[in-house]
Amino acid sequence: MPNMSLKKNEMPAQPPEVRIKNFLEVALGYTKEQAIDEAKRCLNCKHRPCVAGCPVRINIPDFIKEVAEGNFEKAYEIIALSSSLPAVCGRVCPQETQCEQKCVRGIKGEPVAIGRLERFVADWHNERFTGKITRPEPNGHRVAVIGSGPAGLTCAGDLAKKGYDVTIFEALHTPGGVLVYGIPEFRLPKEIVKKEIDALKELGVKIKTNVVIGKTLSIDELFEEGYEAVFIGSGAGLPRFMGIKGENLKGVYSANEFLTRVNLMKAYKENNATPILRAGRVAVVGGGNVAMDAARCAKRLGADEVYIVYRRGEKELPARAEEIEHAKEEGIIFKLLTNPVEILPDENKFVKGIKCVEMTLGEPDESGRRRPIVKPDSEFILDVECVIMAIGTSPNPLIKSTTQNLATEKWGGIVTDEKGRTSREGVFAGGDAVTGAATVILAMGAGKTAAESIDEYIQSKENARRA
Amino acid sequence: MFKILKKVSLNPTVTRMDIYAPAVAKKAQPGQFIILRVDSEGERIPLTIADYDREKGSVTIIYQIVGATTALLDRKAEGEYISDFVGPLGKPTETEGLKKVAVVGGGVGCAIAYPVAKKLHEQGAEVHTIAGFRTKDLVILEDEFRAVSDKLVMMTDDGSYGEKGLVTNALKALLDSGEQYDEVIAIGPLIMMKFVSALTKEYGVKTVVSMNPIMIDGTGMCGGCRLTVGGEVKFACVDGPDFDGHLVDFDEAMDRVSMYKSFEKHEYEKTCNLFKKAE
Ligand SMILES: Cc1cc2nc3c(=O)[nH]c(=O)nc-3n(C[C@H](O)[C@H](O)[C@H](O)COP(=O)(O)OP(=O)(O)OC[C@H]3O[C@@H](n4cnc5c(N)ncnc54)[C@H](O)[C@@H]3O)c2cc1C
Ligand SMILES: Cc1cc2nc3c(=O)[nH]c(=O)nc-3n(C[C@H](O)[C@H](O)[C@H](O)COP(=O)(O)OP(=O)(O)OC[C@H]3O[C@@H](n4cnc5c(N)ncnc54)[C@H](O)[C@@H]3O)c2cc1C
Ligand code: SF4
Ligand code: SF4
Ligand code: FES
Repeated sequence: MPNMSLKKNEMPAQPPEVRIKNFLEVALGYTKEQAIDEAKRCLNCKHRPCVAGCPVRINIPDFIKEVAEGNFEKAYEIIALSSSLPAVCGRVCPQETQCEQKCVRGIKGEPVAIGRLERFVADWHNERFTGKITRPEPNGHRVAVIGSGPAGLTCAGDLAKKGYDVTIFEALHTPGGVLVYGIPEFRLPKEIVKKEIDALKELGVKIKTNVVIGKTLSIDELFEEGYEAVFIGSGAGLPRFMGIKGENLKGVYSANEFLTRVNLMKAYKENNATPILRAGRVAVVGGGNVAMDAARCAKRLGADEVYIVYRRGEKELPARAEEIEHAKEEGIIFKLLTNPVEILPDENKFVKGIKCVEMTLGEPDESGRRRPIVKPDSEFILDVECVIMAIGTSPNPLIKSTTQNLATEKWGGIVTDEKGRTSREGVFAGGDAVTGAATVILAMGAGKTAAESIDEYIQSKENARRA
Repeated sequence: MFKILKKVSLNPTVTRMDIYAPAVAKKAQPGQFIILRVDSEGERIPLTIADYDREKGSVTIIYQIVGATTALLDRKAEGEYISDFVGPLGKPTETEGLKKVAVVGGGVGCAIAYPVAKKLHEQGAEVHTIAGFRTKDLVILEDEFRAVSDKLVMMTDDGSYGEKGLVTNALKALLDSGEQYDEVIAIGPLIMMKFVSALTKEYGVKTVVSMNPIMIDGTGMCGGCRLTVGGEVKFACVDGPDFDGHLVDFDEAMDRVSMYKSFEKHEYEKTCNLFKKAE
């Protein structure tokens, strides 16, 4: 008998007043009993609408059925056929707009907690799995992957499983991309990312950190070194600023800089050598996941008041529902329909305040969202000592500017076809580098597609050579 | 891990190291820099590529001990390893077509100026070098500069070596004596570059400065290194580090590097104390 409760099993979590003082994971994960109970809410629909909502088409009803029966390892195997980072996606996917949005149980009541079940299964497996990963038979072909975010990791993993000799080149000193430098520890423990990366290494994937493609090596040189194909998964790391007065004052950060200092450089740890401004009042400009993360990090670094300053309304906030909810529970103050116009200095050129105007929403713009319009005479000042700009990022031009004949969009995105092929033969791309800032699961999906295309490309060349 | 092939103390606060980093050595050009981390918990700091040997695969850095990380680096001995070393980053200094150049170095900035002077000399340009230091004990690279300069003026603030005064005095004297430069390249403390730029602006001589703001990634990802140049925001790590000195907002740049002053002082003292205990 299915469990007909209209509500999801609640996710156990650290209480807000406790978690704002630490960087430990907020959501604690289902127990075995909760997972089985939640899994029983699934109706195992014949037409599987939920699967269509998942960008990598995880076989959702089948894995949930195994969870309901207590066969967690079996459930893991089903997920692993489609996703290589379930412990990550179960935590950070915007499920409410993907798989769970399509779930029939959501028509009346809450959808099945697919993401939480996925996380449960992945964690169950990771905690218990001790077996050795068997390396596939090498096929003698070498592929280079640029960037070690979800796109690069997935592409490398899929190719390695097919026997390719894969090397990942990463600009930073630690692999993982946004998963390590952007998304904070309390949302995605770095230990999980490390496990995924260690598993790739066991598969035989080589990771070379401290290599900036376009500087240390060019794509042409990768081919000269004998790589037969190249995958570009370099993300969209270039931060945007608003171009308002006062943006270069001391105490104004891009979210990338702030989060990199906190996460990658571990400024949150006491006695760490990385400096970070620990301000009492902080304004974060933007309304996406990045803004929520920055705000919640600032709170944990000891800020008394943290504002989210966003020019549209609550409904338009692009962040995941869970992050918005968690941020509110933690006392983050939402200044919606508000836009900064100037950042004000104190006598030492540190930030003293942020001057804002109120907005109203007009007609929908090209993106379909209602266009914010300035309310006349609505200027006011928020007293803050730190401003974090989280208004978006775009692909870094470094690779484009050092690779001939690599077609890109005006805004910097690399042009590919539906198979991840770029305008250069043997060069493939995917993830944020192609789409602009998007999601982990889409980047993973793109890495997967590109791995298939690369395999096809190299095998067809091989066949041509043999014929 | 990157091996320290050689370590030489140039003066009490400045050290030269050759690091084994063949991939960086292969591509390095004068004016570019690297970012290193001493150990796996350390900060990332940028240092200019002072020299390189493509055959040996080595990259030379010259650093001044100013704070925690440079002190930590200086504790490493020849034959030991540092954990990260990435580069070459930034754009190379543009020297093409230059026939006569004044290279002005201040303090440890001379380490950055030297490879540029050397390159100019090698391409046949006439090089006039002005190298300034606070006092005699801090003088570095004099022989190296002499070998690549058609004219060399050594200066100290206190007159304990060479001529007494600031580099701007010597530059002004040369300009007043009728020397015509295609370009002045000034590398040193921000305040020095500011005054050199102010001087050359009067004389209408194009001036290139090498900016050294606080950096993290060095690839254009954090924006921490941003500067205002000619009213536009630039990222020093990818758009520079060289910029037109007449367009740089030096006052803002000087402000920005002071952002973490109190934190750094504390870290430095902590590092020193740590060593005291260890000894
Ligand atoms: C703070 C933050 C929070 C987020 N929260 C969520 C969330 O909750 N859910 C979600 O689904 N998505 C979230 N996202 C978005 C998601 O993280 C990205 O869409 C995803 O990581 C993109 O993956 P990628 O592999 O394309 O690129 P990235 O993860 O950006 O990885 C690119 C890698 O390439 C490296 N690189 C770049 N240039 C070079 C070069 N020239 N040479 C060598 N290496 C290079 C970079 O250093 C980096 O490691 C968030 C993003 C941020 C910044
Ligand atoms: C492109 C570039 C090239 C450089 N080349 C050289 C060089 O060849 N030799 C040399 O001795 N120094 C060079 N520097 C400066 C060098 O990076 C700093 O001295 C070093 O980071 C100080 O670290 P610390 O922890 O020892 O001192 P800290 O205690 O951190 O700081 C002491 C001083 O250094 C400045 N500083 C701190 N962190 C940074 C950072 N990440 N980037 C820049 N400045 C910082 C501070 O503002 C302060 O004035 C260069 C800087 C840049 C940006
Ligand atoms: S990967 Fe994301 S979209 Fe797919 S099932 Fe899991 S949570 Fe849903
Ligand atoms: S739509 Fe919902 S109830 Fe139906 S199979 Fe998918 S998860 Fe189960
Ligand atoms: S150092 Fe991060 S953008 Fe320049």
